[in-house]
Amino acid sequence: MKKTYNCKLIRKEELCPGIFDFEIECPEMAQAAKTGQFLHITCGGSTFLRRPISICDTTDTTLRFCFQVKGEGTKELSLREVGDMIDVMGPLGHGFETVPGEKTVVIGGGIGTFPLLKLARETDSAVFLGFRTKELVVMEDDFKAASGNVTVCTDDGTYGYNGFAIAAMGEYLLENKVDRIFCCGPTPMLKAVKQIAEYRDIPCQLSLEQRMGCGIGACLTCVCETKDEGMGKYKQVCSCGPVFDSKEVVL
Amino acid sequence: MANLEVEYCGVKFKNPIVTASGTFGFGYEYNEYVSLNEYGGFGAKGLTRQPRGGNKAPRIAETPSGILNSVGLQNPGVEVFADVIMPDLAEKFDTNVIANMSGNTIEEYAEMAEILSDTDVAVIEMNISCPNVKHGGLAFGTNAAVVEELTKEVKKKCKKPLVVKLSPNVTSVTDIAKAAEAGGADGVSLINTLLGMRIDINTRRPILANNTGGLSGPAVKPVAVRMVHEVYNAVKIPIIGMGGVMSGDDVIEFMIAGARLVALGTGMFVKPDLILDVKRDILAYMDRFGIEDINDIVGTLELN
Ligand SMILES: Cc1cc2nc3c(=O)[nH]c(=O)nc-3n(C[C@H](O)[C@H](O)[C@H](O)COP(=O)(O)OP(=O)(O)OC[C@H]3O[C@@H](n4cnc5c(N)ncnc54)[C@H](O)[C@@H]3O)c2cc1C
Ligand SMILES: Cc1cc2nc3c(=O)[nH]c(=O)nc-3n(C[C@H](O)[C@H](O)[C@H](O)COP(=O)(O)O)c2cc1C
Ligand code: FES
Repeated sequence: MKKTYNCKLIRKEELCPGIFDFEIECPEMAQAAKTGQFLHITCGGSTFLRRPISICDTTDTTLRFCFQVKGEGTKELSLREVGDMIDVMGPLGHGFETVPGEKTVVIGGGIGTFPLLKLARETDSAVFLGFRTKELVVMEDDFKAASGNVTVCTDDGTYGYNGFAIAAMGEYLLENKVDRIFCCGPTPMLKAVKQIAEYRDIPCQLSLEQRMGCGIGACLTCVCETKDEGMGKYKQVCSCGPVFDSKEVVL
Repeated sequence: MANLEVEYCGVKFKNPIVTASGTFGFGYEYNEYVSLNEYGGFGAKGLTRQPRGGNKAPRIAETPSGILNSVGLQNPGVEVFADVIMPDLAEKFDTNVIANMSGNTIEEYAEMAEILSDTDVAVIEMNISCPNVKHGGLAFGTNAAVVEELTKEVKKKCKKPLVVKLSPNVTSVTDIAKAAEAGGADGVSLINTLLGMRIDINTRRPILANNTGGLSGPAVKPVAVRMVHEVYNAVKIPIIGMGGVMSGDDVIEFMIAGARLVALGTGMFVKPDLILDVKRDILAYMDRFGIEDINDIVGTLELN
């Protein structure tokens, strides 16, 4: 039987103003977790619903997740201290599907970079990470430890590659043949990556976001649009996703 | 041993806890957290005559102590349910299934009742109160004369107990309940969601793609309890109460107000194993007050 877990917060760090890095203890979830899956977290305060947050990394006994303070839920969560207990459901959803031996690209933007760390380690990938500006660049060292080929990009050129991660990836694809692209990021990035991948006929997996209720596929509130008609037109991001084949979804 | 078994419209429920349609899919997802056999029965996702894709996302917005939803009845259609889903549920689980249906016309409702009557569902719940679809739905549920005629016509085709699901978006819920009873309904269930709206002040647009949606969760519970109480005093047919249940104490509150069965809904989004807490709390309550049979508390409210 699946269940909810009361997990102890064992490490907390503020990576840059408003972005937090948490590690919680839960061997059962840590061992079950697959890259690209997420946790559904009760944040407390006056919030009612749980909040979906991606799994960033795991050890045998712990799970790591990183989040940006957006509204009340993430604000409340950021106030937890080491030793506090956090109510977590997970691991949930359908994550990235990797194929051993493939050469791949991992591309992420902003908070969308967090779920890609474990993936970068588990694949032979060129990694492109996009941030708005130098102050917002986080986890560079973690990614460099996970992959030998990491390009950090800033939109305003204040750090690393000068421009969008998409552009850096485009240049890379001109000279390198890749078997698959994995992407998590803001909608404009997802759209651009989907377009490039389909144009170049490269299989591509996208991690999507949607507002959620149950988190397990029962309430049909978290849907994304697909190319099907009828009942299959909308699929649950929480259970069919959050990772989808780029050809399946309409963004 | 305290008795939790109740009889509803002639059907035995091993306990008075069921689930609210639309919050529980067809049961499979929550069955991974707690066996469906733990529930007295469960309400399956609302069905329509033809498959429906539903509304665009976002379909959910958080509110103080609740949510707004605008799913718009996404479902595979009554035939897939009757031919594939229900036979599978009947084979795998030992619990009552409450089918839930919405139509655009009286004929459609009658046809669905006929199809569902030939399945193993225990009860058919007729949703005349969905706020998230343009045709039918709420339009049926707000007019007493229409409700009576609709119920009468559907009863002619319905070989299972027929429960009419009432909308809170009306001036007098008792008028509608009486109309359902007059039309021959075997029971009523309430409340469906309250029509609401949330606006993103930065974009000056509604959060829901559908603009408006139905409010559920603890925010609606006092409204639901008041309406169950009023309906209990207005009709003789038994009631399924729902709206914001988060604990066993909430279930007891609905039963005292007059509900024979009580549904869990939005509360399960927060606690997927809510049923276990609820059953434990109910048994503790019965123990505390020396109640041997849960049926003894139904409608025991004494007004001040
Ligand atoms: C599968 C998935 C994985 C995610 N992983 C991460 C992550 O690793 N790190 C991170 O910082 N953020 C992540 N997010 C986004 C995160 O869920 C939202 O930022 C968060 O829910 C905002 O809650 P809030 O109370 O602070 O904001 P509010 O705006 O006050 O939230 C109000 C309601 O809207 C929902 N909501 C608001 N924005 C989003 C959004 N972008 N996506 C989904 N629901 C939203 C909230 O859950 C809540 O129900 C993820 C979202 C999804 C769907
Ligand atoms: C996401 C969602 C979907 C729903 N879908 C249906 C439906 O298909 N048919 C129906 O009769 N009621 C539907 N409802 C209403 C519920 O069955 C119930 O009446 C209402 O949510 C109040 O109970 P609660 O506060 O415990 O959730 C839905 C509610 C929610 C939250
Ligand atoms: S959140 Fe309920 S189906 Fe995805």
